Amino acid sequence: MPKHQFSQKLMALLALSLMLIALGCVFGSTGIDWPFTEVDRTILYEIRLPRSIGAYLAGALLGLAGAIAQSLFRNPLADPYLLGSASGGLLGVGIILCLSSVGEHSLVTLIGINGGAFAGALLGVLAALLLAGGYKSSLRLLLSGVVIGVIFSAANSLLTFVRPDLYQSLQSFMLGNTSLITWNANLMMGLALVICILLTLLLSPVLSVLSLGENTARTLGLPLDQLRLLLIAVLALATGFAVAQTGLIAFVGLAAPHLVRHISGGRQRVQLILSSIAGGILLLGSDLLAKTIFAPLEIPVGIVTAVLGGSYLLFLLRRGQIGIRK
Amino acid sequence: MKISDLNVYRGPCEVLRNLTIDIPKGQWTSIIGPNGAGKSSLLQGITNILSTTGSITIDDVNIQNLDRKARAKAIAWLAQNNDAAEEFSELTVYDTVMLGRIPHQGWLHLPSTLDHQVVQESLNKTHTQSIASRFLHELSGGEKQRVLLARLLAVQADILLMDEPLANLDPPHQADWLIWQKELLAQGKTVVTVLHEIQFALKADHLVMIQQGKLYFQGASKDSATHQALIALFEGRIHLEKLGNEWICLPI
Repeated sequence: MPKHQFSQKLMALLALSLMLIALGCVFGSTGIDWPFTEVDRTILYEIRLPRSIGAYLAGALLGLAGAIAQSLFRNPLADPYLLGSASGGLLGVGIILCLSSVGEHSLVTLIGINGGAFAGALLGVLAALLLAGGYKSSLRLLLSGVVIGVIFSAANSLLTFVRPDLYQSLQSFMLGNTSLITWNANLMMGLALVICILLTLLLSPVLSVLSLGENTARTLGLPLDQLRLLLIAVLALATGFAVAQTGLIAFVGLAAPHLVRHISGGRQRVQLILSSIAGGILLLGSDLLAKTIFAPLEIPVGIVTAVLGGSYLLFLLRRGQIGIRK
Repeated sequence: MKISDLNVYRGPCEVLRNLTIDIPKGQWTSIIGPNGAGKSSLLQGITNILSTTGSITIDDVNIQNLDRKARAKAIAWLAQNNDAAEEFSELTVYDTVMLGRIPHQGWLHLPSTLDHQVVQESLNKTHTQSIASRFLHELSGGEKQRVLLARLLAVQADILLMDEPLANLDPPHQADWLIWQKELLAQGKTVVTVLHEIQFALKADHLVMIQQGKLYFQGASKDSATHQALIALFEGRIHLEKLGNEWICLPI
């Protein structure tokens, strides 16, 4: 794809992103009138703007993680939660909620729900890697991720069986929630996004080489095993930061890379950047819909992303743009 | 290239045992044997894809002592078609061939003018320049095979290992492949192929026969002793006939 075409598409997507952030500030449970009152200012700067930016950043992290997962495992159905980070994050939140209801622990307070989700998501991926004996085979790692997911889910079920009062809080985490995102959370996600994008761009030749098959990649002089581990670390970090702030949001990581595949022109680096932007647009757009469809009632954003992302994937599948090509 | 006491392992299984083979420099060596004999495993052992014991030396330098990049620049490998170019590949033909330049590039380095020049030459040589902007998953088996050959040529290695390079190629492109072989040999490259088509293998300078993971015979392809060994390797089920200056093989 010529450079000017890429710039045009990038600009169009960034303009759409800014427009959605602006709309995210305008729409909410109450209207805002010009000139702003003190209350309007607080709603705008302390609630709606951080929420919109946060939803965009979390979506961008998930979109990037999805693009990494699909290229790394050479599987169009791979998503960021594949390696146990979703069930790990959920278990982390469950444990923190359980401990905090038992009594005041300084460590539990320090870690908090977000820290618990982040640590749980990373531990899930680490457990999958340990179970697979490192990254020697994609299939082995994927199976380990599935096994870890099942084990952690069983532990979650046990937790809610013993403490049914935690169920509602855990369900809110499972369906995703962007309403509690703060400026501090945005700062963390923004930094994580910049670091993850830079690292992924640096490591992107590995993803291109893997398209030719694992064996060919080994003959081209790259330290394949170490680089793949680094990519897994980036994937886990990006997913962990998003999960920690917004809970488990379905389909963004899976759908975002497919949304931009036909405009990325087969360039790995372009695909990674555009997937990240598409993830941000998808989550922020869904958040807008979640706030406005049944306003003033707000529905969980995870439900909207699942419906939107799922419908679009189905559309692409019917048009034959994803799936088996022969 | 000298291979001495080489054992090759696929996971915990020993697939090749005590192989000692001489691969003459600047010549074409063809490895043949029945299905499952270990031909592809031998190439994968040389490229370090499979683990090995024993030694492989090039100009008296043990390749185990070379770093990854030096090894990748010295030896290029063409996978069997079914091992490469997965259907979930979003690479264009041009980018695929450019991957052959990775051993020559540093991290974050954009392809140099030389890289682009080598890629163009490889595309021209394999008649794939007209499909350079197409995606790999859009190509037919034969087109894909030619692109992968172009990727192999772009490495500019002195030793080229090709596993079933003629798979999916139609007769005109098989003939082209033979012309490229001659050009590569004229440039002083060492070529090692695994071929099922015996009549093509007989055009090589040197034949290495493998049976059940062991060396069965090695010798010049024109020697009558080599022909006798070849017939015995396939249990007398082939017949060799001279046609002009070439030997042809017929199944019986």
